[in-house]
Amino acid sequence: MKHLTIAATLALTVAACGDDSDTAEPGTVTLVAYESFPSGDPANPVRVALDEFTADTGIEVEILIAGDTGTMLSKAELAAGNPEGDVLWGIDNTFLSRAVDAGIFEPYEATGLDRIDSSFTALVPNGEVTPVDFGDVCVNYDVARLDAAGVEPPRTLRDLTDPAYAGMLAVENPATSSPGLAFLLATIAEFGEDGWEAYWEDLVANGVVAVDSWSQAYYEQFSWAGGDRPLVVSYGSSPPFEVLFAAEPLDAAPTGVVADTCFRQIEFAGVLRGTDAPDAARRLVDFLISERFQREVPLNLFVFPVNPDVELDAAFVEHATIPDAPLALDPALIDDRRADWIDRWTAIVGR
Amino acid sequence: MDGDRRSLNRLPRWFVAAVTVPPAAFLVLFYVWPFATLMGRGLSPGAIADTLARDATWRVAWFTLWQACASTALTLLVGLAPAWAVARFSFPGRRLLLSVLTAVFVLPTVVVGAAFVALLPSSLDRSVWAIIGAHVVFNIAVVVRVVGAVWEQLPADLEHAAATLGAGPWRTFRSVTLPLLTPALTAAGAIVFLFTFTSFGVIRVLGTVDRATIEVEVWRRATQLGDVGGAAVLALVQLAALAALAVVTAAVQRRTATTIDLATGHRARPRGRQRWWIAAAVGGAFAIVAVPLVALVERSLRPAGADGYSLDAWRSLGAAEIRPGLRISVDPLDAIRTSATTALWATAFAVLLGAAATIAITALGRSGRALDTGLMLPLGTSAVTIGFGMLITFDTPPVDWRSSWWLVPIGHALVAVPFVVRSTLGVARSIDPDLRAAAATLGAPPVRAWTTAVLPALRRPIATGAGLAAAISLGEFGATSFLSRSGEETLPIAIERLLGRTGRLFQAQAFALSTILAAATVAIVIAVDAVGGDRARRS
Amino acid sequence: MLDVRDLSIAFDGRQVLERWSLHVDHGETVALLGASGSGKSTILRIVAGLLAPDAGTVEIDGRDVSRLPTHRRDVGLVFQDEQLFPHLDVARNVEFGLRMAGVGPAERAARVDEMLALVGLEGFERRRVDKLSGGEAKRVALARSLAPGPAVLLLDEPLTGLDRDLRERLADEVAAILDRLRTTAVWVTHDESEATRVADRIVRLAGSSTGTGSTEGGST
Repeated sequence: MKHLTIAATLALTVAACGDDSDTAEPGTVTLVAYESFPSGDPANPVRVALDEFTADTGIEVEILIAGDTGTMLSKAELAAGNPEGDVLWGIDNTFLSRAVDAGIFEPYEATGLDRIDSSFTALVPNGEVTPVDFGDVCVNYDVARLDAAGVEPPRTLRDLTDPAYAGMLAVENPATSSPGLAFLLATIAEFGEDGWEAYWEDLVANGVVAVDSWSQAYYEQFSWAGGDRPLVVSYGSSPPFEVLFAAEPLDAAPTGVVADTCFRQIEFAGVLRGTDAPDAARRLVDFLISERFQREVPLNLFVFPVNPDVELDAAFVEHATIPDAPLALDPALIDDRRADWIDRWTAIVGR
Repeated sequence: MDGDRRSLNRLPRWFVAAVTVPPAAFLVLFYVWPFATLMGRGLSPGAIADTLARDATWRVAWFTLWQACASTALTLLVGLAPAWAVARFSFPGRRLLLSVLTAVFVLPTVVVGAAFVALLPSSLDRSVWAIIGAHVVFNIAVVVRVVGAVWEQLPADLEHAAATLGAGPWRTFRSVTLPLLTPALTAAGAIVFLFTFTSFGVIRVLGTVDRATIEVEVWRRATQLGDVGGAAVLALVQLAALAALAVVTAAVQRRTATTIDLATGHRARPRGRQRWWIAAAVGGAFAIVAVPLVALVERSLRPAGADGYSLDAWRSLGAAEIRPGLRISVDPLDAIRTSATTALWATAFAVLLGAAATIAITALGRSGRALDTGLMLPLGTSAVTIGFGMLITFDTPPVDWRSSWWLVPIGHALVAVPFVVRSTLGVARSIDPDLRAAAATLGAPPVRAWTTAVLPALRRPIATGAGLAAAISLGEFGATSFLSRSGEETLPIAIERLLGRTGRLFQAQAFALSTILAAATVAIVIAVDAVGGDRARRS
Repeated sequence: MLDVRDLSIAFDGRQVLERWSLHVDHGETVALLGASGSGKSTILRIVAGLLAPDAGTVEIDGRDVSRLPTHRRDVGLVFQDEQLFPHLDVARNVEFGLRMAGVGPAERAARVDEMLALVGLEGFERRRVDKLSGGEAKRVALARSLAPGPAVLLLDEPLTGLDRDLRERLADEVAAILDRLRTTAVWVTHDESEATRVADRIVRLAGSSTGTGSTEGGST
């Protein structure tokens, strides 16, 4: 109780210095998102779209950045029932099962859900969360470098163990990196629970390097971005971004994607259990899958919209790879086995 | 010391209380309480048994320990030569060297780590030597500053005395200088050990899959695996290890402490052959820290990779649209503003609380030590546990502060207060009690006598502490990323976010922002050194 | 024995010594007497090799040591503020020079006993140096400098900081010791009576010293 007295005194003192923005009035919803969600820039198209939502409905949207996806989920779990915000954006299928089991979401069937591909909605039969975007984690290659080396780009996961690609591949640590985990899951989906470890032993023998994060793999290891390895685990959408965000405009993508190595990541948004603005929260979820919001997704969140009505930017149509049959695993299986798979992977690659 | 002066002139209770309560309440409210809440939530016999039974736990603990020992030993070794040069001689660039060393110390690890990797030959960049090397780069400032400050005050005549007794330079160093520096070396070593034992950024940038410190493992358990119990157990293991370190350090310092009549810092102009040694020591230290910094600037000027140099990244920093319809969702200028504001508040909190704490610690005498130790604790505590603890502690009115703007500066202040206390406490303790007595005999009541005697002397060390606090806040990354924030991104976070994007322009911008951050830090440190003057020169 | 020839040195443009020379015979104690700033400590530091003169040479036993570093010159120096090593006890301070010379432990112990007896500090071996009184510290400093048996002993205001009684008593004692050991010594002081007490010969230094200074006989 003593704590509370001191706390209260301090609260008064400190609160006097600035407004306490957390007390959400009915007219405000807080959207909790991972750190790459656009938040600071008021002119960002995502923000502009949300402002239009506000203009239409009278509901203000505040964005609350909660760290990387894992951190965001852990925070939501700790605060389950008394959430920091009202809607959470960005749980992906590798974390889905954990999030649903932790009971952080309140089921809701969004308006417009029927328009979304059933391969996405099937993952959440009880409607705890709503699919909002997807992307693929795939092996990328440096076109010019492979050309100069006189080798064809690899076509399959198995090809990566070919001595022709010795010392060429950089991957991320699945223990600390989301694309790293996706790639590990791709190999498990491809070679099965019995075969993936042998495959990774072959990769290690062929000189794979594993680093802690995507930015290290891409910017420090990948030859196109300054490293010396022409193969890297990145995203299916990386080539169009190399075109769009090049220092000098480019005609052709300097990097390519090995379509058969792709593992699909699907992201979800949902109403947080315990929200004090449930109606506004639901309307925001409806808006998040509407055409108006979804069309800003590719260029600002670097993933693909789930809403089939959105027309993609020309650069995307031309340079992005969206595989027809990406590798996938059951989210419940992922959640169940994740820790063990990572430990076993670490034992193989960490030697 | 005040505790001993049981006289009629003692400071009144209300005054002691007024300086003791704010820092103590701050510590309890923003550290002890959240930490205890998280422990209460996570710790269970099951979690303890599980975590301690796991092989991985001990592997991580072993790696954490040995790399910290190796990093500390190497940093002490490498830092000794520049500490000697800086302490004993005046030469052009002396202040710049000190400032650059300190700036590196507070730069975000993400950034220096990335530049570091770019420089290393690829045979080394995944080895444990890269980690240890980066730790040396980051912490060399601690050795140069802490050891240099004492070395500067060792009377040169002690070494001269050894020479007249037939000791050559090397034996003089080994049998006179080194033993006398032992307390300073212990202090510097303890700080470096603390930082390398709890290393997070460097390990994440340079580590490989099987190399994690306890701090990284706490983060991984808590965030990636959702295992709060395991994280809590590991956080306690880390805290216990550092508590043991504190006990050992205190014992070593007691055993090796000698009373020396410290000379006033007299720095000679180097002569003859000395010049070469100094040039080597200073040049080496400069190279160690400047090379990664230069690499930063260089990479910010190469937005098109190896193809050539341009200012594109710098020019596009302020531009909202880099091409019609294409926007960068990080606003660099806004990040600079946010960083500056946050640093300002964090500095204000840290200085007010740190100065009050220093006064309280000196006024309380023996029981002040508890406050001193308590304020050091956050340095040894995993940032993720504090962040998560705050999240679940401050979630119900009247303390529902989770998204309050001031939580991030408070988090920074938790880390910065110990530095303010460290830079002021020595001075506060060295103030001659007779100064107060003199004021009292001239008719000043106790509080007035106290302010007259003590406050002017504290001005400079407080300025030094303020500079350190600002630099720490500017570079702080760990705690910031766990504290709730509503889209306000500080520079290190903006940099990390830019580095998390595909596209060379993003990358070059990240390095441009890092350059700004480095320059800002260097400027602050230089300003602080100028204000603080040669703090060593105290009575 | 000790030959200092044509020393010149200037600090910040002020010529402190100019072509200054001194000869000290074997076993002789010379007092350098002068006001502060007259350059007397400077001379000692030059002889000890702690300071390089602008010009001039130093010879000990006919050997030109001008280019040798301090530790090879075979000179002892008693500092004004003793400069005892604070991390070593009394015995270890006294035996420091013997260790440097590679003398074995048994001989070192014997020599320490002998030196401490000489300065009247028997039983002080294990004392911490920061717990010594002013006079005791001076005695330890003297014992430490004498222990290795230097060719020349330099004393830089060795009795400052003591009260008058003690200073006079100690001056007599030290002079007696130097006499007994037939030590060649240069004793710097600003106190005329102290110089008269201890020296075989007094050399006066003016503000700026040239030539050989005025030399007069002293009483012992």
